[in-house]
Amino acid sequence: MQVTGTVLTTRRVDAYHALTVVAPGIAERYRPGHFVSVAVGGPYSSMVTRRALSIHDVKSDYGGTVELVFTVRGSGTAWLAERRARDTLDLVGPLGRPFPLPRDPVHCVLVGSEYGSAVLFPLADALLARGCRVDFVLGGAGAERVFGAMRARRMAETTTLTTEDGSLGLRGKVTDALPSVIADTRADAVYACAPMETLRAVTAVAMEFDIPVQVAVEEAMACGIGVCMTCVLPVIGDDGATRMVRACAEGPVFRGERVRFEDVGTIPFDALGAPGGGARHVS
Amino acid sequence: MSVDMRTFLAHVELANPITTAAGCASSGRELAQFFDLHRLGALTTRSITMAPRAGRPTPRMAETPSGMLNAVGLQGPGIEAFLERELPWLAQRGIKTIVSIGGGTVAEYSELARRLADAPGVTALEVNLSCPNMEDRGRVFAREGSAAAEVIASVRSIMRYDVPVIAKLAPDVADIVSVARACVDAGADALSMINNPLGMAIDTEALRPSLAAVTGGLSGPAILPLAVRCVWQVHAALPGVPLIGVGGVMTGRDAFQLVLAGACVVAVGTALFHDPYACLRIERELEELLRARGFQRLADAVGLAHRPPGSAPRHLLVDTEESTP
Ligand SMILES: Cc1cc2nc3c(=O)[nH]c(=O)nc-3n(C[C@H](O)[C@H](O)[C@H](O)COP(=O)(O)OP(=O)(O)OC[C@H]3O[C@@H](n4cnc5c(N)ncnc54)[C@H](O)[C@@H]3O)c2cc1C
Ligand SMILES: Cc1cc2nc3c(=O)[nH]c(=O)nc-3n(C[C@H](O)[C@H](O)[C@H](O)COP(=O)(O)O)c2cc1C
Ligand code: FES
Repeated sequence: MQVTGTVLTTRRVDAYHALTVVAPGIAERYRPGHFVSVAVGGPYSSMVTRRALSIHDVKSDYGGTVELVFTVRGSGTAWLAERRARDTLDLVGPLGRPFPLPRDPVHCVLVGSEYGSAVLFPLADALLARGCRVDFVLGGAGAERVFGAMRARRMAETTTLTTEDGSLGLRGKVTDALPSVIADTRADAVYACAPMETLRAVTAVAMEFDIPVQVAVEEAMACGIGVCMTCVLPVIGDDGATRMVRACAEGPVFRGERVRFEDVGTIPFDALGAPGGGARHVS
Repeated sequence: MSVDMRTFLAHVELANPITTAAGCASSGRELAQFFDLHRLGALTTRSITMAPRAGRPTPRMAETPSGMLNAVGLQGPGIEAFLERELPWLAQRGIKTIVSIGGGTVAEYSELARRLADAPGVTALEVNLSCPNMEDRGRVFAREGSAAAEVIASVRSIMRYDVPVIAKLAPDVADIVSVARACVDAGADALSMINNPLGMAIDTEALRPSLAAVTGGLSGPAILPLAVRCVWQVHAALPGVPLIGVGGVMTGRDAFQLVLAGACVVAVGTALFHDPYACLRIERELEELLRARGFQRLADAVGLAHRPPGSAPRHLLVDTEESTP
């Protein structure tokens, strides 16, 4: 659904911008892993596509608020960073498939890199509410790019931090720390949100330990609602066949071992409808 | 007083002139989560192909000033799945459906038409003659009148006569009127303009083309003037042919421009990515603009901008009759 939200607060969180937006319809239907798409640039903007942002938090204040955490990458996120309290924002959401939650109280490791961590906190809340044990592994390029370390420490059994420059926690990547965290906590499942390369490595680690892994992927999106077919990646289905599936509608959360990370950005030859593959292509 | 928004696509009546653009609303299900599809004049499906197609590698899209480039490459599950799952879903709900088809050979288009000829729920058939994303760059039907005409003649001979065949044309040709005329002579009941012109963007961080496919189709407000021009030229040359105006429509005013240029139906594409409710808003805004200008019927505005300078709009002349005894 589309909601005209009102910005309640804006703040800087380390290297990131955080916007709290009053968006009742979205907040009440939200589940961890959902995202919203935001129109940017105002009514006469030349920016015609929306920006996909994960929901970091929802609260019931003011009828329902959502919090978005983002980094300035291009013109649209730069515009968003200039929003102030009482500005309005056009949001569509909640979008996408949320994280599936375990039925039983199991041990979960939540892995986040950079702003990817933001989506993991409401997930952690939901897992804790089900009696799960939660352990965090959070990372970033430098200390100011590790999102949510304090909050993670408050809610999780253990929190492991990594930075590539060594300015906070262990020097290295989240995936360098992950094997020992899984081993020490005897984790039953892994949840991750990070750049594609990191998700690939996280999935490899989880598969080594033979535990399930749910990943939230990021692909360039034009519509966010499943109509434009721009956000696809190769994913193996229940029937064993690879399809180019939409990250916005079938995802953004997938079972890690189903995503063909090494083939992202290509059409694998054995994908359904691939040129020269299983089906004849139009020429 | 409300404006009569009904329009005719050849002999098929639509409750209002707004449809979705091919490839911008998939097969309807996703948009149905937002609004009742019956409120559309018609839904146009993405272009259906014979075999399943995985399309082009990603990245498939890049935003450009007032527009975007796409190189999707007609990804879809093929005609079989369309007939099994997607068309029945639309037909059962009684949604007016313009089925778009795309192919690589005349035989393929004919075969698609054959498969659709007896399928219930096909309101009209739109022949995508101009997909710029095909692997084979050598043969874009819409670039050549004779190639386009061959496809249209073959499809027209197969489709039932109560199902209009619409030829969808590309703007990046030397003479769109001659391609349009060739299609009409070959039996096209209506024309749809325009498909995406080809464009390109380069990522200045990666120092490489932004799209994996290098070039892609440009859409959005950036191409509205191109669409208005094409509709204008073809309406001037072939005033009796129903035209679907497509390209960069974001507002009712944009749609109104295409109507004044000669379109009796307006398709909305990229605007749907910005706003899933765009079709409803544009229809409402168009009706409002017509009402504010004293129009009682949409039909009176179609092609109106072609009247000679200085002459009064017809619909306003008719209005004054009421004051005569
Ligand atoms: C499901 C999902 C959740 C996301 N959550 C967050 C988040 O919580 N915080 C955050 O900082 N970023 C998030 N992103 C990435 C964010 O969408 C992009 O960084 C942002 O759209 C870039 O916009 P721009 O105007 O700065 O860049 P531009 O390059 O100007 O964007 C041009 C167009 O490309 C699209 N685009 C470019 N890069 C991406 C990308 N990586 N992912 C999706 N679309 C892209 C934009 O949406 C826009 O339509 C998320 C992406 C996805 C798919
Ligand atoms: C993502 C995308 C996919 C498209 N797919 C098709 C298609 O399958 N068949 C077709 O005839 N046109 C296709 N088009 C072209 C549109 O139908 C339309 O002609 C064009 O985008 C201009 O309209 P717009 O500016 O309103 O988007 C596609 C356009 C976009 C942006
Ligand atoms: S972003 Fe349009 S289909 Fe996923």
